[in-house]
Amino acid sequence: MDRSEIESRISNLLVSELGLDEVKVSAEARFEEDLEVDSLGVVELLMALEDEFGVKIPDEEAEEIGTVGEAVDVVVAKLAG
Amino acid sequence: MRTRDRRVVVTGLGAVTPVGLTVDDFWRALLAGESGIGEISSFDATRFAVRIAGELKDFDPEVYLGRREVRTMDRYAQLFYASTAQALNDAGIDYTDDPDAGLRTGVVIGGGIGGIISVQESMEIMFSRGGDRMSPYTITQIIPNMGAGYVSIAFNLLGPISCTVTACAASANAIGDAAELIRRGAADVMVAGGVEAPIREYAVAGFAQARALSTRNDDPLGASRPFDADRDGFVMAEGAASLILEERDYALARGAHIYAEVLGYGMSSDAYHITLPKPGGTGAARAMTAAIEDAGIDPGHIDYINAHGTSTPANDSTETAAIKLALGEGAARRVAISSTKSMTGHTLGGAGAVEAVASVLAIRDGIVPPTINYATPDPECDLDYVPNRARRMEVATVMSNSFGFGGHNVALIFGKYE
Repeated sequence: MDRSEIESRISNLLVSELGLDEVKVSAEARFEEDLEVDSLGVVELLMALEDEFGVKIPDEEAEEIGTVGEAVDVVVAKLAG
Repeated sequence: MRTRDRRVVVTGLGAVTPVGLTVDDFWRALLAGESGIGEISSFDATRFAVRIAGELKDFDPEVYLGRREVRTMDRYAQLFYASTAQALNDAGIDYTDDPDAGLRTGVVIGGGIGGIISVQESMEIMFSRGGDRMSPYTITQIIPNMGAGYVSIAFNLLGPISCTVTACAASANAIGDAAELIRRGAADVMVAGGVEAPIREYAVAGFAQARALSTRNDDPLGASRPFDADRDGFVMAEGAASLILEERDYALARGAHIYAEVLGYGMSSDAYHITLPKPGGTGAARAMTAAIEDAGIDPGHIDYINAHGTSTPANDSTETAAIKLALGEGAARRVAISSTKSMTGHTLGGAGAVEAVASVLAIRDGIVPPTINYATPDPECDLDYVPNRARRMEVATVMSNSFGFGGHNVALIFGKYE
């Protein structure tokens, strides 16, 4: 799976699963400030990522995720092994 | 009777019910005698003993809420949000431009159970996939006060906030408690109402197992038949209603439209049985008497009683006896009584608020909604239930009864504002 496919799957996830506004979702968008995803929403995001890509993202690693692009980074790294 | 300086009036109404998703549609349906009961569509009820309920028709929460909010809220909170948005709009209250404007405006929500749909869904996930797959919103979806939390955040209501959880009396308690907060000066404006959204396997089966529900599955429209000799239980329904209560002088000063006045609030406990009403109706009668005394009126001055009237064998005969005890035999024979649950079904914790809206509109329009499906008189229910057709009459004073599992008895009295 290449990065662009991961990006597009994550974008779809954010819109269909989390109910975020499609227009606001971009690589630079910050979950808390730009997308209004609160701390509970971050947990929901992690579960959605884990289910979608079959990976495990521990809470410590999750703290690195502030933007959509950083979420993509984490998933890319996980899938690369 | 006690003296009181601060009087409480009703200045806004909102309702989402099985017979209409706005106050206007709700009221038009009640006066036309239309039933909102049908075969359950929220889930496949084929193998259930009870396959009928009162469900909202084409309710779209995204009319009121964003997609993300809808995803994170239980249906009960969505319904209460909708009825509250309607009521605030009706009252002309909007605090969005002034962050401090809502300092003396609060909210009391009533609900029987809270987010029971979310209870079921989260349990399914927990047992099939594990606790670490449960939504982080599980708890905030389930707790019954969260509907008040959501509307306080959305509409900037900064005053007293509370929640009554007294089964099918819950939203009558919410209205009474909210009125008390205004009377004692803790707030000037209160959102008061209640809700239930229970139409899923878990709650329907639970009530069916308690043998509380009608099993007239082949005749949904005729299933809720309060006071009729052939009634066999209540019909579960979902719905919400909100009222804007306001201190009278505050309402007058801002030029608000006043629908009616909250005159009295009475409560009692049966202290008898967890689900059955106390035989003879003495418990319910004491709540009605307390409300009548609180209002400082003569029992004979009540024009209309919006009955609890669930359509269970025990409630309707006991409530009839209670009305006779509270009003006296003569006044009980003269008063017009109806159960709008014959049309809406029983919205459980939402019922007190839904029926308060009907009570207030009866005063406004001088017309009493009927008890539909009334066909065969029951010797134990021998009063005037306004059978099958709405009735035009002078309605100056209305009592609305709500009783709940646990022995909760609540009566509210509304009066024409003059």
